[in-house]
Amino acid sequence: MSKEISGIIFDIKKFAIHDGPGIRTTVFFKGCPMQCWWCHNPESRDKNPQTVIRRVKQPGGDFLDEPTPIGYRASVSEVMREIKKDILFYDESGGGVTFSGGEPLNQPRFLKALLKACRKEGLYTAIDTCGYVEPETVRGILPDTDLFLFDLKLMDDVEHIRYTGVSNEPVLNNLRLIAEAGKTVHLRIPIIPGITDTESNLQAMLQFIATLPGIRQIDLLPYHKIGQHKYQQLAMENKMKTVEQPNKKHIHQIKKWFEQTAITVSIGG
Amino acid sequence: MIMNERIRCLREQSLAANPSVSVERAKLLTDFYRSDLAGQVSIPVARALALKHIIENKTLCVNEGELIVGERGPSPKATPTYPEVCLHSLEDLEVLNSREKIAFTVDEDTRRIYRDEIIPFWQGKTIREKMFNELPEEWKAAYRAGVFTEFMEQRAPGHTVLDDKIYDKGLLDFKEAIRLAIDSLDFFHDQEALDKREELNAMDIAADALIIFANRHSQKLQALAAQESDPERKWELQHMAEICLQVPARAPRTFWEALQHYWFIHLGVITELNPWDSFNPGRLDQHLYPFYIAEIEAGTLSKERARELLQAFWIKFNNQPAPPKMGVTAKESSTYTDFCLINVGGVTSGGADASNELSYLILDVIEEMRLLQPSSMVQISKKNPDQLLKRALKIIKTGFGQPSLFNTDAIIQELVRQGKTMEDARDGGASGCVEAGAFGKEAYILTGYFNLTKILELTLFDGRDPRSGDQLGLMTGEASSFTDFEAFIGAFKKQLEYFIDIKIRGNNIIERIYAKYMPAPFLSILIDDCIQNGKDYNAGGARYNTSYIQGVGLGSMTDSLAAIKYQVFDQQHITMAELLQALTNNFERQEALRRKLVNETPKYGNDDDYADDLAREVFQIYFEAVDGRPNAKGGKHRINLLPTTSHVYFGSVIGATPDGRKAGEPLSEGISPVQGADRHGPTAVLKSAAKIDHVKTGGTLLNQKFTPQLLADDTGLNKVLHLIRSYFKMDGHHIQFNVVTAQTLREAQKNPGKYRDLIVRVAGYSDYFVDLSEQLQNEIILRSEHGEV
Repeated sequence: MSKEISGIIFDIKKFAIHDGPGIRTTVFFKGCPMQCWWCHNPESRDKNPQTVIRRVKQPGGDFLDEPTPIGYRASVSEVMREIKKDILFYDESGGGVTFSGGEPLNQPRFLKALLKACRKEGLYTAIDTCGYVEPETVRGILPDTDLFLFDLKLMDDVEHIRYTGVSNEPVLNNLRLIAEAGKTVHLRIPIIPGITDTESNLQAMLQFIATLPGIRQIDLLPYHKIGQHKYQQLAMENKMKTVEQPNKKHIHQIKKWFEQTAITVSIGG
Repeated sequence: MIMNERIRCLREQSLAANPSVSVERAKLLTDFYRSDLAGQVSIPVARALALKHIIENKTLCVNEGELIVGERGPSPKATPTYPEVCLHSLEDLEVLNSREKIAFTVDEDTRRIYRDEIIPFWQGKTIREKMFNELPEEWKAAYRAGVFTEFMEQRAPGHTVLDDKIYDKGLLDFKEAIRLAIDSLDFFHDQEALDKREELNAMDIAADALIIFANRHSQKLQALAAQESDPERKWELQHMAEICLQVPARAPRTFWEALQHYWFIHLGVITELNPWDSFNPGRLDQHLYPFYIAEIEAGTLSKERARELLQAFWIKFNNQPAPPKMGVTAKESSTYTDFCLINVGGVTSGGADASNELSYLILDVIEEMRLLQPSSMVQISKKNPDQLLKRALKIIKTGFGQPSLFNTDAIIQELVRQGKTMEDARDGGASGCVEAGAFGKEAYILTGYFNLTKILELTLFDGRDPRSGDQLGLMTGEASSFTDFEAFIGAFKKQLEYFIDIKIRGNNIIERIYAKYMPAPFLSILIDDCIQNGKDYNAGGARYNTSYIQGVGLGSMTDSLAAIKYQVFDQQHITMAELLQALTNNFERQEALRRKLVNETPKYGNDDDYADDLAREVFQIYFEAVDGRPNAKGGKHRINLLPTTSHVYFGSVIGATPDGRKAGEPLSEGISPVQGADRHGPTAVLKSAAKIDHVKTGGTLLNQKFTPQLLADDTGLNKVLHLIRSYFKMDGHHIQFNVVTAQTLREAQKNPGKYRDLIVRVAGYSDYFVDLSEQLQNEIILRSEHGEV
């Protein structure tokens, strides 16, 4: 008897409404090849389950440090059991399943098995990826993926290495590969003040996008500070202490800017 | 906001009016019953003559600029009492006057007349006293312990809604039908023929009374017109005087007449008695559409005038607070809201999409008026367009809890299962909080809330009430003696059946008391087939007669059972004796155990079959104990699952529970999960809630809370729309939303003065946040916080 394929995930979120069309379930994979400064899911970087210390308020007002596990090993059938619970909602809303993370393509065997299982159920699948993987890995999952939510951060390679820890060359190549394979792509662009929202970066993005087929939508994701406390819990360095959330006016200007492409632009997912 | 100056003033007047007790009705009623005439006629005829006496002599009120006339009291929010049902003592009046929430001003005159006339006459004669004299000791003990509540001890049965029958008939036509029914009485074979004649005569007198009421208004309007200098207002007053001569005597011919016609009839019903859920025009967009479209096409009515008339009509409801309650009844539903629930949308008798242009105009009015009363709901069938639901959501997102959303297709299945015809079911809807009914043809009486979780507590303590030490229930065995979970559930079932039997026996006594002593001849004219049957609404004259017992605390109940099954029997983490000890100690110094029960036990509301199967089991036990049991009106008992605010009262009479809830804290409400127990988002809540068989109930209530951000844009709105459609596909009966941030609510708690107009969804109805008890406020804050990042 062969052992069932499994992987490390850290959450399965129902009624996910910012990760593609309709009502979706998003499965968060653990482990990411990038270390973006602005990451609001830093607990997803390490590919192994870990434990953080959470301060929990007790009745009476005292605080207690409580160890909280993050991430667990789950088999394909366990994950599918959760996914299948909301089929009625996917059918009604034109939704489906999104694999996110971390980086889902970092666990290709597990991801591929899940995508196949979703295909069998007739579910619409999306992958939220940072794009920093082997092109072979991307080719392997192309047939069973309906939509790519592809993160595009910085066009200058030096800047990309500085803020994410890795080169953008594989990222741009994979984006082209997916787009040219005729897949539907939503680009997700984080708006990080002073980092990704510079004129030169946005200009370079616009030029690159113009050469790609298949980009249906651009989602602008304004930086928010919601994940900040996690850095402390994880004993990780927070490099964003001085960066503020971008103002609405600025975001709308950027939206207008991208609308030159005649591609639909949305703020938030 | 589209509201002209006239409507703005009327609305302001309504909002600013101070609720007070009006002694006028009680005084006129007492005068009549002290007269010789009262003793010479039958009970139903006396009731009708009393109504006539009140209506002939009551103070009339026409407010400045009004387009629809008639108040129940002498002025807006002056609220009558009904001493024949329930007599307020001088102390009760003082409590009403001085209590912090839901107060009613009681002036010196009122107190004096109560002391000298009302109390001496009615003491010993009220329905409430008759009830408590007749009810057995075991009923009273269970009632006192908070096992169940009783609806009919302070208000008369009502719980009904009108259909379309009044829009092509006037009271003169009903009088004709009454005459025909009298003529066809069979004094050879029908032993009840004389009783029927008395009842029909009473209906006839009641119809006359309302015609007199309208004529009095007509005269008053004429007099006002004569004094009016503004020509436009003068014309309006004259026109209204003419309308009051047409309706309610004859069928209405115009949109304006139709609204005034209903309003007189509404006032007749709520002056005759203080029926629960006030009264309600029901499917207003259906009833008024023929008038609306005919006049729009003929050019005699503009859309703007129609809007203004509807707005004026809306304000009339807001001027009539629920009659003042006291004691337990005040706790179970403490509100000025009188549960008029206007229905919009749904399907036609033939089963087609019923939404029309007027449905959308009414929704505009709901949004613009932002009033507590009337409450509103949208019926959503799979046949209704998404546009209707979207329009409703756009109002919901403004955050005043209206309209609530109902599943027409589920309601129809529920009503047909109970034996209604398909047409009667399609012409029905929901009223009160969430109760399904065949409008215009059914007496569907809520008899009381039933404390499911209290039954669990009694089962854990071998039938003893741990609060009093009394042996209240059966001795089903010490909990620690149960060797498996099935044995425990078996004991629970026995206890539940025992108390349901007590409740049903009580219901049958109370129903007969109302049938005998408190007929409602005016209401009986309006509900099929009271005239044909020659029988009163309160005596089983309606085509359908249903008595409901409303289960409360499904979530708390399920989670407590799950804790017992999981922690005691399956995992054996603790023994039953340890659990009981912890409950008795209210988890004092056992926080670790309490946390285990709260955090490491399967919970209802997470689409987890371990817990949800137990919800199904509790539901089935409750359903089997109640459904189909005969009532005293030739109908059946049925269940529904709604709490109003009784989950707070019921929680206050229960000690700590196995789900980790501490003594005295509120129970879960409706079929919603325990506050904070649902951790997998709304789809999981809806899946769990849909696992019970809604179609076997007459209504369930599900609360969801959303932050305004979720509904901010079209994408979010659409996703919520799909969420609702999905729930309704699973036969979910009802869903309602609170869209207010917890931060706003906390602010309002601190500075009530600044937030007097903040309306939130409580449980089947909306209420002013500042009027809620602090406990209930905290609960709603908790509910709202849950939805936030």
